[in-house]
Amino acid sequence: MEAILTAVIPVTVIGLICAAVLVAASKIMAVKENEKIPQIREKLPGANCGACGYAGCDGYAKALAEEGAPVNLCVPGGDTVAKELSELLGVEFQDVVEQVAVVHCSGDCNYTDDSVDYQGIKSCAAAKQIYGSKGKCSYGCLGMGDCANACPSKAICIENSIARINTKVCTGCGICTKTCPNELIELVPDVERVVVTCNNRDKGALTRKACSNGCIGCKKCEKVCTASAIKVVDNLARIDYTKCPDCGDFGVCARECTTGCIVTADLSGIHRVKQPVEKK
Amino acid sequence: MTKFIIILLTAVFINNYVLTRFLGICPFLGVSKKLGQATGMSLAVIFVMLMATAATWPIQTYLLNPNGLGYLQTIVFILVIAALVQFVEIVLKRYIPSLHKALGVYLPLITTNCAVLGVTILNIDEGYTFAEAMVNSLGSGLGFFLAMVMFSGVRSCLEGADIPKSFKGLPITLIAASITSLSFLGFSGVIENLFA
Repeated sequence: MEAILTAVIPVTVIGLICAAVLVAASKIMAVKENEKIPQIREKLPGANCGACGYAGCDGYAKALAEEGAPVNLCVPGGDTVAKELSELLGVEFQDVVEQVAVVHCSGDCNYTDDSVDYQGIKSCAAAKQIYGSKGKCSYGCLGMGDCANACPSKAICIENSIARINTKVCTGCGICTKTCPNELIELVPDVERVVVTCNNRDKGALTRKACSNGCIGCKKCEKVCTASAIKVVDNLARIDYTKCPDCGDFGVCARECTTGCIVTADLSGIHRVKQPVEKK
Repeated sequence: MTKFIIILLTAVFINNYVLTRFLGICPFLGVSKKLGQATGMSLAVIFVMLMATAATWPIQTYLLNPNGLGYLQTIVFILVIAALVQFVEIVLKRYIPSLHKALGVYLPLITTNCAVLGVTILNIDEGYTFAEAMVNSLGSGLGFFLAMVMFSGVRSCLEGADIPKSFKGLPITLIAASITSLSFLGFSGVIENLFA
């Protein structure tokens, strides 16, 4: 009996001391956590996509509560979440710029061809590392589907050996933009748009050889655009979407494009399909 | 001084906790996928190993041994280490939030890590003085760090390799771990002869 007591009592005493110290420490040194954080966290979609620029939904919730981050940063959540957040936090509602991803390449197997017979593992990153590119155009889509594998909402498929995005499913989280080794995918505001479906920055003649659908940098689009939203930089047309819809003659650049790499596309994304947004 | 260096190098290379003693395998396999995570975990382990030794060595020497309670070592050490880590976490959260953020979830995770318990118990078994025990803990932590960083490199190479389907995932990781462990056998006998 005594042997048991000599073992039990010291352990119990040590345990009690530890417990007392911990209780005291947690009371004295408690860090006040903003009680709004769990409420905000509840409202966020929980995709942890990082589209807001914070480390996941927890990070954004903390920033909203403590640093007064704007409520319109959650792209997957859209206007619904922004509205709920603005009610919860008592700040003014700001419209979310919903975005969808677009692929800046239209060089499918009808327009360009493979330059190597690639037999390695099926990954764009690996093909890019080994050969620099798989097709004749080293700027274009490799078509191995790294983006499709990364997409959490299964909005990307590989069609005719290039990536296509189903904008009706795309939430605009931007994960694919980070996985593409050629940085072909960009997020654009989700209304009807003209899109430059080429990423080739070589001179016109070289581009022509690689792909019959590539941008040759002829600057015709630049001239016809009345809103001066198109600029040709490094032999590649780029559209400034802050100016783009103001030109009054929507789609003129697409109609005039010599190679057909500028196209008009209905990019009405998932947010517009789900609920028609009432604008104030 | 030489003795301290020998203890330190022995703990890092010859008696490496992960690769030679096979303690702390779960974080070794669990969080070695990315270099950043591996570093965070290892830093937390070094920190906790030092704190745990600083707390348990006096308890064993001045409390348990004089009262003939040496057999309570394991349970008392687990209790003390767990409480200590929780306490340290509370203190860090309050006063050094940046360090608390850097160590992140790894700090509470290693409360009951066998490598930490192993270091404290082996310190007693080897009959080290307090200073020697601290040096040994530092070495063990550094050894863990070395193993984690090395293995995260090995694993990042595995990511791009063409692995047969049946070996994908954990099997190939275990094979890689065993080969890394074999390579550390090359160190046995080196340190003793360095200073002989």
